[in-house]
Amino acid sequence: MSSRPRASGYFRTDYAADYALLGTRSARIWVALFSLALLLFPLVASPFQLDLACQVFLASVGALSLMLLMGYAGQISLGHAGLIAAGAFTVGILFRETNAPFWLTLPASALVGALLGVIFGLPSLRLRGLYLAVSTLALHFVVIYIGGEYETRRGFSTGIMIDPPQLGSLSVTDGRAWYFILLVAAASTLLVCLNLLRTRSGRAWRAIRTHETVAETLGIGIAAYKLLAFVISSSITAVAGALFAYYRGFVSVEAFSLFLTIQYVAMVIVGGMGSLLGALLGAAFVTIFPYVIESALLALPGAQGFASLLFAVNYAAFGLVMILFLLLEPLGLVGIWRRIQSYFLLWPYRHRPAGAHQ
Amino acid sequence: MQLAVNIIVLAAIYALLACGYVLIYRVSRVMNMAHGELSMLGAYLLFAAATVFAHHPIPALIIAILMSISTGVTVYVVLMRRMTGEMVLAAILTTIALGILLRGLVVLVWSASEQHPLQSLGFTNPSLAVFGGARISTCAALIVLMAALVYGSLFGFLRFGRWGVRMRAAGQNPLLAAQRGINLHAIYALAWSLSTLTGSIAGMLIALDSGLDQSMVVIGLKAFAPALVGGLDSLLGALFGALIVASSEVLAIHYVDPLLSDVVPFLVLIAMLIVRPWGLFGTREELDRV
Repeated sequence: MSSRPRASGYFRTDYAADYALLGTRSARIWVALFSLALLLFPLVASPFQLDLACQVFLASVGALSLMLLMGYAGQISLGHAGLIAAGAFTVGILFRETNAPFWLTLPASALVGALLGVIFGLPSLRLRGLYLAVSTLALHFVVIYIGGEYETRRGFSTGIMIDPPQLGSLSVTDGRAWYFILLVAAASTLLVCLNLLRTRSGRAWRAIRTHETVAETLGIGIAAYKLLAFVISSSITAVAGALFAYYRGFVSVEAFSLFLTIQYVAMVIVGGMGSLLGALLGAAFVTIFPYVIESALLALPGAQGFASLLFAVNYAAFGLVMILFLLLEPLGLVGIWRRIQSYFLLWPYRHRPAGAHQ
Repeated sequence: MQLAVNIIVLAAIYALLACGYVLIYRVSRVMNMAHGELSMLGAYLLFAAATVFAHHPIPALIIAILMSISTGVTVYVVLMRRMTGEMVLAAILTTIALGILLRGLVVLVWSASEQHPLQSLGFTNPSLAVFGGARISTCAALIVLMAALVYGSLFGFLRFGRWGVRMRAAGQNPLLAAQRGINLHAIYALAWSLSTLTGSIAGMLIALDSGLDQSMVVIGLKAFAPALVGGLDSLLGALFGALIVASSEVLAIHYVDPLLSDVVPFLVLIAMLIVRPWGLFGTREELDRV
C-alpha cells in the first residue's frame, strides 16, 4: 500500500482515519461514482456486454484469491484451474447426486476448496519456488483426473448439466440478476481481501514473502500461515468455480485445462504483482482481450478466412502480450497506473525530490 | 514381453525429452515449461521440410535439425537472455508464455489437424519382431537407439568436451565461471540449442511413429516428471527417472485403467516431492538456491 502515490497534505490524525479504507474525500467520491456506474451499467448494456461483465466479475474473484496467495503470501501456485474445477465439480456432483440447493452447494464447495488448500499447501512447507510450482501443477492434473473419472463413471462423458439456482420459487436465469449476484460476489471478495491484508495474517503473509527466515525470527508461525494462505485462497477459488458452474449451467473437465491456470497467472502478472487493484485490472484485461482480438480480426478484409483460426490467433496474441508484459512492464497495469498518477501528482516536476519518502 | 518393450520405448521417449529439461536447468536454473511446445515445433519443422524436399529424406532431416537448433538459440537470444538474473517465477512464466505463443503459431501455420510426416518423407514403418514374441515398430526402435546415442554423446560431451566442461562449470558457479573467462551467454545459448535439439529429435521420432498434432505438448509436460524424479540437475537421474515413470505408467495403463496415463507421471512426481524433493541423483542444496 505504501507504494501508492499520494499528494501532499495527507495526514492521518486519529485512529478512525487509520482504519478507514477510503482515506480521502476524492477517493470516496470516485468509489461512489464507480459503484454508481456499475449499478447503472445493466440498464444500458446489451446482453453480450452483460455476459462479458459477468465473466470479468467471475475472473476477478479467482484473480483476487490467486493474488492473495502469489502476490502477498509469495507462494507460487500453478494449480489454480484445478481448484476452480474442484469447486465447479462439487456443485455438479452434489446437484446431480442429491439435488442440493445452492445454499448447500456453495458452502460445500468452499469446504472442499479449504480441504484441497491444505493438500495443495502441504508441499509448500518443504518446497519453495520452482518445486512448489511443480507440485501444485501435478495436483492440478490429479484433480482433473478425478473429475474426468467421475464424468465417465457416471455416464456424463460430455459434461454435467446444472439447473439455475432457485431463489424461493423463481430461478435465476436473467442476465441482469446474474450481473448483480456476481457483482456482489466480486465486491465482497475484494472487501474480504482488503480487510484480510490489514490483519495479523495479512502482515504475516507479507513478512513471509519478503523473507521467510526473518519472518520466523519475528515469531511468525511459517507453517500455519502458509497453510492459512493456501486454505483461504483455495476456498475463495472453489467458490468462484461453483459460481462459474451455476452461471454456465454446465461443468466439464475440458473447461479446466492448464490454459485456464495460465490465464489466471497472467491476470496476476499483467495486473501487477502484490496489488488487489492489479488483480481486478488483470482479470478485466485477460477476460476482454480475446474479444478485442476477435473483433479486430473480423474487421480486417477477408475476415471469413480467419474465422476458423481465431483460437490460434488468440493463443499466439495472448502469449505475446504475456511475454511483452514480463519483459517490458514487470509491474503490470498497476505500474502504468501508478506512473500516470505520479506524473500528475508531481507536475510540473518530473521526479520526486531527492530523499523524499515514497 | 510386450509390456517390457512398451516400457522401454516409453522410457526412451521420456529420457529424450527429459534431458532437455535437465540441460537447461543444470546450466541456468531455469525450468523450461515450453519444452513440449519446442519439441512439437521441431516435429512440425521436419514436416515442413519433408513437404518441401519430398522424397529426399536426408536433406529434409538435416534442414529440420539445423532449424530446430537455431530455434533454440533464437529463443535464448531474443527472450531468455533478458530473463537472466530475474525472479525464478518470471523466468518460468516467460517460458509458459512462449509455449502458448508457439502453440498458437503452430496451429496458424500448419492447422490443428493431424499430420503424418512419415508419408511425406516416403518412409514406411514396418513392425519388427524382437525376443519373446513381442513386436516393436521401426520408429519406436529408432527412438530407443536414438535415446542411447543422445545420452552417450551427452555424457561424453559433458565429461570430456571443452564446451561440456564449460557448461558444467557455468552450472556450478556462474560467477567463478565468468571470472575464468567463460562466455556465459554462449554457454546458455548452447544449452538452449542442445535442449531444443534433443527435444526436437524426440518430437520428430514420435511424429514419425504415430502422427503429429497438438497432443505432443502433453507428452512434453509429462516428461517433466522423470526429469524431476531423477533430480533436475542430473542426466543419469533423468535416465533412471524415465525408467521409473515409464514403467509405472505402462503398468498402470495395463493393469488398472487406461485413463490413468495422463496422471501417473504426476503422481510419481508428487510422491518423489514428498520423499526426496531433490530427486534420486539431484544435488540437495539446489532446493535453497531456487
